[in-house]
Amino acid sequence: MSDIYTMGVDIGSTASKCIILENGKEIVGQSVISVGAGTTGPNRAMKECLEKADKTFEDIDSIVATGYGRNTLKLADKQMSELSCHAKGANLIFPKAQTLIDIGGQDAKALRISSNGRLMNFVMNDKCAAGTGRFLDVMSRVLEIDVSNLADTGEKWKNRIDISSTCTVFAESEVISHLSNEVDVCDIVAGIHRSVASRVAGLVKRVGVVPPVVMTGGVAQNSGVLKALEDELKVSIETTELAQLIGALGASLYAYELLKS
Amino acid sequence: MSEQKSKSPKAKYLLRDILADHYKIAWDAKKRGEKVGWCASNFPQEICETLGVPVVYPENQAAAIAAKGAGQRMCEHSEANGYSNDICAYARISLAYMDLKECKELDMPQPDFMLCCNNICNQMIKWYENIAKELDIPMILIDIPYNTEFETSEDRVKYIRAQFDEAIVRLERITGKKFSRERFEEVMKISQESSKAWLEATEYTKYSPSPLNGFDLFNHMAVAVCARGKQEAADAFKLLAEEYEQSVKEGKSTYRGEEKHRILFEGIACWPYLRHKLTTLMEYNINMVGTVYAEAFGVIYNNVDEMMKAYSYVPNAISFERALKMRVDAVTKNNCEGAVIHTNRSCKQWSGFMYELERRLREETGIPTVTFDGDQADPRNFSKAQYDTRIQGLYEVMEANKRGGNL
Repeated sequence: MSDIYTMGVDIGSTASKCIILENGKEIVGQSVISVGAGTTGPNRAMKECLEKADKTFEDIDSIVATGYGRNTLKLADKQMSELSCHAKGANLIFPKAQTLIDIGGQDAKALRISSNGRLMNFVMNDKCAAGTGRFLDVMSRVLEIDVSNLADTGEKWKNRIDISSTCTVFAESEVISHLSNEVDVCDIVAGIHRSVASRVAGLVKRVGVVPPVVMTGGVAQNSGVLKALEDELKVSIETTELAQLIGALGASLYAYELLKS
Repeated sequence: MSEQKSKSPKAKYLLRDILADHYKIAWDAKKRGEKVGWCASNFPQEICETLGVPVVYPENQAAAIAAKGAGQRMCEHSEANGYSNDICAYARISLAYMDLKECKELDMPQPDFMLCCNNICNQMIKWYENIAKELDIPMILIDIPYNTEFETSEDRVKYIRAQFDEAIVRLERITGKKFSRERFEEVMKISQESSKAWLEATEYTKYSPSPLNGFDLFNHMAVAVCARGKQEAADAFKLLAEEYEQSVKEGKSTYRGEEKHRILFEGIACWPYLRHKLTTLMEYNINMVGTVYAEAFGVIYNNVDEMMKAYSYVPNAISFERALKMRVDAVTKNNCEGAVIHTNRSCKQWSGFMYELERRLREETGIPTVTFDGDQADPRNFSKAQYDTRIQGLYEVMEANKRGGNL
């Protein structure tokens, strides 16, 4: 019996992610392009992923698209919500996970998932995008620190600083004010992480903090936010190097199930 | 079906005509020099109907203006006049209309008096007071306090009844018309007939598949608000119920498509995006079969004291436990598999307890629920993409539940 290759494409608001799975088990290609829906990102992510897997579209048996731009990928066999895809992807890596925190570019989600990776309940951010990846992007720009270096910077904090504004624009003003007052940048970054964590923790508490708790999405790569969330929720949170690709992974698993059904 | 009956107009056209007549009656009265009022949606309409005093409903008008795409224009006008965009969008639209005196999307006569009842909303007191003050016209308020108890006690009934009686006296003075007990009895009888017929029609959603697209109720309810005391409304609602009855027998429905999932829709309609909300639900074969919003305008009673109680059992005036029971009953009765909850920026009173209501609703019924941000009339507080993701997520949960855990 020949091998089955399925592709999951997660077209987010700020990044495009792609994964190719062999027989619904092994990742043979993965890619992340740092632009999302409405850009060249999705095509570039798929192209890069195919190259890494040494495959062409002809080799791919099924494609599932997810994320904010899921409906724009016409070549997909099916579109699914990132909620279900994150639940499915996280379940492959963490089979015992019951609570999932996913912070993406524009939204934050808290999910309760079943032992077979089924989405059972979810709560998403409302009113605005504070506490999401975009919030961190804005802050990194004003601090002149690359977003990938925020965690290391924040780790060195000494004095507690709170960023109290919910609104990203006003929070940015708060940060600028702290910088003007020569507050240590490490303290400011730690405050930003706590600000994200306290906002997201509210969602998680509404859905129920049932361990094991797992964090996925691009922001999970920031250990500062993850630790701040652990402090806020008083629970240990696991993550994976594949955090940003979990949605795409779930989509490729659903693409495999689609073939099987 | 007889030849005669098959040619009779459909209920929806009758309801549309009743609504058109409702505004025409008010305009004609205004032209004759009679006094016309602006009335809150759950003010006891029996008073005005008995006196033969024409009134129009700012909430109905604001909803229609928002549905026709002018919500933002009107809200911005009020904001420029100094009203905060944190207040209700119906209020902002209404206050703008009072100022502009015209809106091509839906015009209605300017008021000579205001009739306010705060069972549905407390903010309405200030909204109506401002209009009364700006236009230098009288305002009558019937205060129905928020009820922390499940049932309305006799002392509350007395309190409301005293205001009811006083409102009649004041309205007689304002309009020069006389209140007739005989006519009042007749109006109460017709109101019961029409309320029961309306509630009966709304109950057809319990059938699976439902003979109606639940969103139809949002269109028909305007008549339940403004013409409950009119025989034409009673007749039209009866015909509507008959049509649904017939549709059940014939396996027909106004829901276009196959009804695979049934949901409760909680909260006031998000009028500026009604079409988008419906289209997205239909993409996933979801029909809205439960809502307490449309049913809020079926006021049932057997005597005047019971009428007072009925007006105190309006959503937003009732205890949390009673509000929860309404939702649980709607879910149970209509076999809802999920709930879509509108977190409505305009209505703090309705949305304020929504997180807890959502939690308890899940607990008591076991159904998945999802909230989305929106607004009853201001289009700036809604994101299509966010709504779509939430609906798809809910659909995936309901679908998996149906398939025993597999998507």
